Amino acid sequence: MTDEGLKSELQKQGVYVTSLQELYNWGRANSVWPLTFGLACCAIEMIAASMARFDIARFGAEVFRPSPRQADLMIVAGTVTKKMAPLVVRLFNQMPEPKYVIAMGACAISGGPFKQGYNVLKGVDRYIPVDVVIPGCPPRPEALIHAIMTLQEKILNQKLTGPDRPRHLNAEVAGEYPVPTYGKHDLEPPNNPQIWQPPTIKR
Amino acid sequence: METLEQIKLRFEKIEPQTKIDILANECAAGERSLLVEPARAFAVAKFLRDDAQLRLDYCSNVTGIDWPEMTVKTKIKKRVVVDGQEKEIEETLETLRSGHLEVVYHLYSMELKHGPVVLRLRTENRTDKTHLPSLTPVWRGAEFQEREIFDLYGVLFDGHPDQRRILMWDGFEGFPMRRDYVAPDDFEYEPTAHDKVLEQAKKHFAVEPKAEVKAEVKAEAKPEVKA
Repeated sequence: MTDEGLKSELQKQGVYVTSLQELYNWGRANSVWPLTFGLACCAIEMIAASMARFDIARFGAEVFRPSPRQADLMIVAGTVTKKMAPLVVRLFNQMPEPKYVIAMGACAISGGPFKQGYNVLKGVDRYIPVDVVIPGCPPRPEALIHAIMTLQEKILNQKLTGPDRPRHLNAEVAGEYPVPTYGKHDLEPPNNPQIWQPPTIKR
Repeated sequence: METLEQIKLRFEKIEPQTKIDILANECAAGERSLLVEPARAFAVAKFLRDDAQLRLDYCSNVTGIDWPEMTVKTKIKKRVVVDGQEKEIEETLETLRSGHLEVVYHLYSMELKHGPVVLRLRTENRTDKTHLPSLTPVWRGAEFQEREIFDLYGVLFDGHPDQRRILMWDGFEGFPMRRDYVAPDDFEYEPTAHDKVLEQAKKHFAVEPKAEVKAEVKAEAKPEVKA
């Protein structure tokens, strides 16, 4: 919407022009507060990213909230077992919109080395919408920081109107996702077909 | 520390009706173990813990093993007289080994700084007689590990203070670490499948065959025949 050339010309004259969308997204992108939530060894890297050496505070994401009610970002850091999956979905449901998910590490993406096991969920994207995935086992703190920067970019580019507007501005989209129940051998349902379908494999 | 034979002899002096076997181990470490009948296991465990020379006060590990029913082939060399000459012939004997579940305790002594002594208990079978005495009253640290063995192998520990599943959820059916456990079929997306996983993935897609895929296979097969 905004004309970048005109904007920079005006800036030279000391006139700063912005849109409400840019201002709103700029504010949101620079205060993404994650949930204090670790599942396995990836959580150790997440903790390292929050400490002085890697200092996630530079990106406004240092305030790890102990309650989902105050968090904007869920970093799924580690193996999601089938026993844990309903609790992960419930925690995500308890977070207020706007909310985002980073799937950190091979386990959270696909089940990782435990994919063919009987007890590990094959990717957290089967139940909750994932915004950014980080490969690695575990990913280094730099990778997590890169994921947060990617998420910030995503937030900055969100349009507040139109069909692609984020969930929290669209009354038709529910922010809650069905919590799976424990079955006799597997979770029921084994995935949420509304957000996850098995991708077709081309060989 | 005393050898297993000495321990066995001393206990049999105290309680002569007890049957204790010493199991050999074929692996490189050759760690032998005591196999105790379940009915006397509690008394043996108490003896191992309280005896002044043993004092095995620390149970470092409890684990389970599933031995399914199977035929064991053993080769035996026989000397047979054929046409007046003595010859050595190898015979294979097939014996049916009954299935059972096994629980293994690794015991150390913190006080006397020796160990390990390996203690094994076996259930009668894998289906209905899977009871064993719990040794949690003897070694408190065995509690969670016995719960885990109950959870994954289905051994029922009599006298366990809190026997519930520990890793799987309540309401889960079956015992996943048993050899014959069939895991749920969730092989709908296997991008890099190979070996066993590929077989499983093929099985998964064989359940719901697609007409298009079959047509493609036929179209590809025909030109090959002509060539």
